[in-house]
Amino acid sequence: MKFKSQKIAYYFFALSMLLLILQIVYGFIMGFAHMGYDVLHDFIPFNVAVTTHKNLLVVWLLSGFMGAAYYIIPDEADTELYSVPLALIQFVSFAIVGVVAVIGFHMHWWEGRKFLEIPRPLDWLVALNVILFLANILLTQIKGKKSSTTAWVLTMGLVFIALLYLPGMIYFENISVDSFLRWWVVHLWVEGVWELVMGGILSYLLIKLTGVDREVIEKWLYVIVGLTFLSGILGTGHHYYYTGGPNYWLMIGGIFSALEPVAFLGMTIFAVQMYRKGNKNHPNKLALFWTLSTAIVSFLGAGVLGLAHTLPAVNLYTHGTLVTAMHGHLAFWGAYASLVLAIISYSMPLMTGRKLFDTRNGNLAFWLSNIGMLCMTAAFGVAGVGQVYLERIVGLDFMVVAQELHVHFFVLILSATVFTVGILLYIIDFMKHGLPSEEALGTEESFEAVAG
Amino acid sequence: MLSKRQAKIFFLGGTIFFAVIFLALSVDSLLNGIPKNTNAHLLTEQVARGKYLWERNNCMGCHTIMGEGAYYAPELTRVYSRRGPDYIRTVLNFEGGWGPRGRKMVQYNFSDNEKEDIVAFFEWVNKMDLNGFPADPPLKQ
Repeated sequence: MKFKSQKIAYYFFALSMLLLILQIVYGFIMGFAHMGYDVLHDFIPFNVAVTTHKNLLVVWLLSGFMGAAYYIIPDEADTELYSVPLALIQFVSFAIVGVVAVIGFHMHWWEGRKFLEIPRPLDWLVALNVILFLANILLTQIKGKKSSTTAWVLTMGLVFIALLYLPGMIYFENISVDSFLRWWVVHLWVEGVWELVMGGILSYLLIKLTGVDREVIEKWLYVIVGLTFLSGILGTGHHYYYTGGPNYWLMIGGIFSALEPVAFLGMTIFAVQMYRKGNKNHPNKLALFWTLSTAIVSFLGAGVLGLAHTLPAVNLYTHGTLVTAMHGHLAFWGAYASLVLAIISYSMPLMTGRKLFDTRNGNLAFWLSNIGMLCMTAAFGVAGVGQVYLERIVGLDFMVVAQELHVHFFVLILSATVFTVGILLYIIDFMKHGLPSEEALGTEESFEAVAG
Repeated sequence: MLSKRQAKIFFLGGTIFFAVIFLALSVDSLLNGIPKNTNAHLLTEQVARGKYLWERNNCMGCHTIMGEGAYYAPELTRVYSRRGPDYIRTVLNFEGGWGPRGRKMVQYNFSDNEKEDIVAFFEWVNKMDLNGFPADPPLKQ
């Protein structure tokens, strides 16, 4: 760690870990309900569980991104953070808003709009909070001695995350219009500006871990985020096929979303090539594993499994089925969850000075969580394809089909158990690092010396 | 070989170009396509109240509509023609919670007016032109 203000990232990462565990708990509640054991129905009905599960995901990932920015930006700008107290206030208020939202969901204080269920008054607090965050990051960049492409791509990603949240805060009486603009937020986040954040963090990690020249990495960063927007912006059209939009979206959405895997493939080739070109002596093997797995699994989850059901002729039958859950789980895991775990694995030893680089727990955590998630994806996939055939092709009643799918949710729960063991081991390693320490200042240089 | 500057131009140029096209198509969709396909002129105050209730109770947290939502309970885009208004009214406040084949729905306590709002909302959604969704099952006997 170069600057002591970077350690503010630790609080955000710790919050991420806590919310991740909670997210998994709600996932199990839903898995059991799908299997026929909706035992908590009277206290936590499915719609509460699903809303909590999805929003916890969004909040823990955003918390991870914010932590990453607080760690990376001072380093890249070569200066202390603009204001540590402001960052602390922002952290506390962010955590409070998150907790209030989760408790609120249990009291049915929500908006029933997929992914954007946080009620309007809290939306304003989120917006205010994000302004505080962005002000701190931008002022740090401006006062910094250096200005890097990596830092600006990351920052612009975060700025656009905030701007694109706004269309989701307008109320429309027409549910189709509501849905149209809801995807401006959700799609242009995860298949657009979140990929700027992803590209920025991945570049930073690759520069640090492989030692490849910054200019080379940043040049390819532009190409990849360029490909992302080239396909991703009009790729939004795949959400407009069957929700009331005009029929030109079938063609435009089909063509451009079929190109979306290219951007993810670019990300994979980029990361693997940089690793191969680079010096392979960096001691933090776990950070490298997570960095490469982010690039590879995001291609599988977001790219390949997205393509599997994005063409209009296929999507006509898979739209609104468990096939979407298959794609969603591996895509979020590969692209964003793994990314946050990568930056945590890289930065924790540098913030705390404890070199847990290649521990047994850490390795097991990596493999169990990835294998568990791949098996979960397979279980969702089998359930989804079964549902599509029985309900959408053969025309059986929804609930008749749901009963046939119980067994696949048993497999899902088994796989999720493996996944959860992996995550718990990751968190145990996280806690073993202890708290950030000022004694760790300047440690980065010595690691880079080892790498060099 | 590609320079960093060229890469930057590719990124900024491509992004701006496709964003402009996307915005233009979005404006067209919002002003022309969606109002036509959804029969916006039939969207009465009662339908709007029904939509409000749909969101207020997070029906999308279990069901799907226009294929969007969670995948725990049936797709409701065409529920008005599939089940009819009486069935919908019965399900909403069913004593002990509607529970076909063991999967439970939350028991609501809607007033008669609210039930009519929800029925009106489903009736309006039922008439939408959704480019062929939901498709008729090809192998249905």
